Amino acid sequence: MKGFWSRFCRHKAAVVGLIVVALVLIIALIAPLLYPVSPWKMVQRPFLPPFANPNFPLGTDTLGRNVASGLAYGARVSLLIGTVSTLVALAVGVPIGALAGYFGGWVDDLLMRFTEFFQTVPSFALAIVLVAIFQPSLVSIIIAIAIVGWPPVARLVRGEVMAQRKREYVEAAILAGQSDLTIITRQILPNVVSPIVVLASLMVASAILLESSLSFLGLGDPSVMSWGYMVGAARTVVRQAWWLSVLPGVAILISVLALNLVGEGLAEALDPRSARDAA
Amino acid sequence: MSDTPDIPVLAVEKLAIALPAGADRLYAVEHVSFEIRRGETLAIVGESGSGKSMSANAVMGLLPPATRVAEGAALLEGTDLLKLDAEAMRGIRGRRIGMIFQEPMTALDPLMRIGAQIAEVFEAHGLLTPPERRARALALLEEVGIPEPERAIHAYPFQLSGGQRQRVVIAMALALDPVLLIADEPTTALDVTTQAQILKLIRDLQHKHGTAVMFITHDFGVVADIADRVVVMRQGRVVETGPAAQVLSAPSHEYTQALIAAIPTGRGAAAPPPAKEVVLAVRDLTKTYRSGGGLFRPARVVPAVKGVSFELKRGETLGVVGESGSGKSTLGRCLVRLIEPDSGSIRLDGHETMGQSAGEMRLWRRRMQMVFQDPYGSLNPRTRIGRIIAEGPIAAGVPVKDALRKAGELLAMVGLDASAVDRFPHEFSGGQRQRIGIARALALDPEIIIADEAVSALDVSIQAQVLALLADLKARLDLALIFITHDLRVAATICDTVAVMRKGEVVEMGPAADVFGNPQHDYTRRLIAAIPGRAEGDAFAQAAG
Amino acid sequence: MQTFRFLLSRLAKGILVVLAIVVFDFVLIHLAPGDPAAVMAGESGATDEAFVQQLRTKFGLDQPILTQLGLYLWGVVRLDLGFSYRQQMPVIDLVMDRLPATLLLTGAAFLFSLTVGVAAGAWAAAHKGKPLDRLITTIALVFYATPLFWMALMAVLVFSVWLGWLPAFGLREVGGEANFWERVLDVARHLVLPAVTLGLFFTAVYVRMTRASMIEVGRQDFVKTLRAKGLSERVIQRRHVLRNAVLPVVTLAGVQAGQMVGGAVMTETVFAWPGIGRLMYEALLQRDYNLLLGVFVVCAAMVVVFNILTDLVYRLVDPRIEVSS
Repeated sequence: MKGFWSRFCRHKAAVVGLIVVALVLIIALIAPLLYPVSPWKMVQRPFLPPFANPNFPLGTDTLGRNVASGLAYGARVSLLIGTVSTLVALAVGVPIGALAGYFGGWVDDLLMRFTEFFQTVPSFALAIVLVAIFQPSLVSIIIAIAIVGWPPVARLVRGEVMAQRKREYVEAAILAGQSDLTIITRQILPNVVSPIVVLASLMVASAILLESSLSFLGLGDPSVMSWGYMVGAARTVVRQAWWLSVLPGVAILISVLALNLVGEGLAEALDPRSARDAA
Repeated sequence: MSDTPDIPVLAVEKLAIALPAGADRLYAVEHVSFEIRRGETLAIVGESGSGKSMSANAVMGLLPPATRVAEGAALLEGTDLLKLDAEAMRGIRGRRIGMIFQEPMTALDPLMRIGAQIAEVFEAHGLLTPPERRARALALLEEVGIPEPERAIHAYPFQLSGGQRQRVVIAMALALDPVLLIADEPTTALDVTTQAQILKLIRDLQHKHGTAVMFITHDFGVVADIADRVVVMRQGRVVETGPAAQVLSAPSHEYTQALIAAIPTGRGAAAPPPAKEVVLAVRDLTKTYRSGGGLFRPARVVPAVKGVSFELKRGETLGVVGESGSGKSTLGRCLVRLIEPDSGSIRLDGHETMGQSAGEMRLWRRRMQMVFQDPYGSLNPRTRIGRIIAEGPIAAGVPVKDALRKAGELLAMVGLDASAVDRFPHEFSGGQRQRIGIARALALDPEIIIADEAVSALDVSIQAQVLALLADLKARLDLALIFITHDLRVAATICDTVAVMRKGEVVEMGPAADVFGNPQHDYTRRLIAAIPGRAEGDAFAQAAG
Repeated sequence: MQTFRFLLSRLAKGILVVLAIVVFDFVLIHLAPGDPAAVMAGESGATDEAFVQQLRTKFGLDQPILTQLGLYLWGVVRLDLGFSYRQQMPVIDLVMDRLPATLLLTGAAFLFSLTVGVAAGAWAAAHKGKPLDRLITTIALVFYATPLFWMALMAVLVFSVWLGWLPAFGLREVGGEANFWERVLDVARHLVLPAVTLGLFFTAVYVRMTRASMIEVGRQDFVKTLRAKGLSERVIQRRHVLRNAVLPVVTLAGVQAGQMVGGAVMTETVFAWPGIGRLMYEALLQRDYNLLLGVFVVCAAMVVVFNILTDLVYRLVDPRIEVSS
């Protein structure tokens, strides 16, 4: 564990990324304390530019809502949807990939055809259709993002498990009389955790991107404030009040960038080969 | 055999190569000096980590990025290669020095035709016109003995076998008639019969062109076959230099002596074991692989094991030998049903095991355990040694505490410290890991141990120790042993009975002394004839004995 | 012959995938909120139960569900994707009308991202660890992390609103009196911003893939053989490493091209580009589920066709496939 941290910290950008992610997380957690008033509520005149009123440092939007408050509450939604949808995708993708990779043969064929099907379908279009049909809500958005997110997990896990399956320690475990389930969970999966962790951190990032795209198109949960919605609402006034589109976009960019940096740091800290490349 | 013995083709003087900071030692090689003369073959022998390949790479100017030459000179006909700039060195490579490598399967660009890859050698040095290059490539393919060179020139690497690819690499290395050929373990990845052909090819070409050869190997048998002089290296230093015959028959340094003593001699256990009861009877075992079949394609059928029958007695060692693809590993895995055989009978102590349920299989499988080839892949890197050994008993219902205690005892039995139970595999060397693998196989008190190439990945001195351990355990525990190997010398050393496999079939089987002393099948005879250093090996074995 | 067989089996597989998508689609239609007949009736202003029932019978909505599925499938086979009651037109006509614009946009974006991505990735790999490599990978990472819709919006803001260099909306401007070349130039000017913004995200993806692949191939054994031959580093990188590294990139790019169709929804929405992405957005606004799912099926079918094309190209380029597959 100590070696892991020192390797991670050698990657300066990853440390910066981790700090940014931590800041976003803190803002998300304390948003209700910072801004007890609902972010939907009109608090000032509309189109108040940033830095004009010290009470509203980032100004107000087209309906006079506090932009800073919206950004803080948007962080909650982004992180919530990002992590939960990733967890759901992992819960689907890891077992499917592990079973396909371990058993091979027709099990693999069947599961991989199924996975390929979901990979062939254009993922963003599928997400749009799913959310539209099931009506936008936190749950439908999370499920839609998980549905388009699990196939890469399954493919990664399958490949890794297959590689481990060929190693002789697995044969030794079979000869020792261990059951398939024990071998998968206790012998193989611990050796596959590193790439899954790396992928998961990148998936949170792309889930945030996907969520913002959906809410930009008007498919966000109508009861929660999100960054994508803020950009979408300000789109038509981009000529008059460009900051209303710029600020939430920058928030998305910074969060996604930070998560990607953390992912790269994790990849280098967890994979001894890439660690050697960096040296 | 040299015509002008006065000036050496290559003189390496006091070479030292620095390793990157944080490596286990400061220098990969240190104080290394040797000379190669025209038409001479110098073998550089050593175990892994001895620095033999590193020295060759330094001469070629192809050191890995993090390492650098710290000191010394490498004079090629008087020019110090180590002082040349990158562009000048590039002019030397391929033109004055040719090089061939260990792994022919990956040594060629997979996307370029063979002819074009050879022609590139001329192009790299701005020689000849394109049609001339093509003609030379064709002539070279013919010279290195590729069948149907007219077709091979248009082939892609994947269409050639490993031996043929190595011939192509040799053709490229010798295309511009270099004064020096560096061969870095060029036959290690090849089967024994192919190895003999490639060694002969290198010898013939060397005679014809008068090339000096720097031959790097770990195998004293190959040394005996090809070398005029020998340099023995250990941990980055030269420990002994001299004419091949002298080093092989009367080594002066104790490390060389130990290495040569550790070579399996083919003189095995003299007394045949007393006849005991049969523990394993196999009849007509068959396994066929079908692959690639699809909607619009016929399936490819490869018989991996074809009608194999044998009996194994308690206390007996059966050697299964064969080249790669002979089906020997599949046979071993069929016996313990890691691979499900198609048909046949496997009787363990008289009870048929074929057609049993998974639950029944789990019971008898404890009596037949395996020791694996790869000292790195066969131990789970995330599991502690104690747990690795104890897993079998735990799965069989033994309380964890008892199983772990027994694991400690087993470690002591295989010559390791019992404290190893709490450590992880990466803390151990290759030989120690194989000992752990043996301890694991013993944990379920089996009657039969199947060792699949169990010493093939080990250096020769470690190999000898592990073989001795196996023989000792077999005697003490009255085990039956099935020893699968590609190395006939190893098989001849420890086996009582030997089965020779080719293309899934057993072509010859009998007492080891008969099979090796008086082989009946043509294939067996060819295999034995191809063993490198056979004549010399036997000679010094007799001299020693 | 081999290639023909391969094409057949790939086509068969592709058709199966499209069929599966159609079935999936059918299920979604039935999960969509509201009774289609009631919705239809509402569209035409009538609300009485008898009329709704009449509509049900007319469109087979009173049939057993499997019969309905059969009818739906049969419809798709005849390229009938249903009727858009909002636009009062068959879905297939609407889609076909908009498809060329999307193909133009995604095609241009794909070519842009693949050429720029592979070139920049190879360039970065050749200078691995040096400032140039860091610069390229950093830029790629930023584009990778930027939401597409926001990048599009910023492009409009900067290049259209502030600088006034390029048109921000639509596909063409000039009138009927313009000659052919003026019209081509006009469309090209309109194409630049949407194609580049759509392409930049994928450029970032290809930069990363190419760089990683080049570094991976550069480690392989055969590169050492090439050095031993005396080849210069330039020839090794260009002729051997790049060729070997680009193959997997192109395959992955082919698979990912499908995602570009999804990305087109964003770009076309922001730039008012008259393609199927914009059509999808309009369907979304109007809750026109028939149209939405019709566009979705066409998108998926496009991806399948594209994947088959990529496989074919790969087969032609990689000599190993003929025998090993």
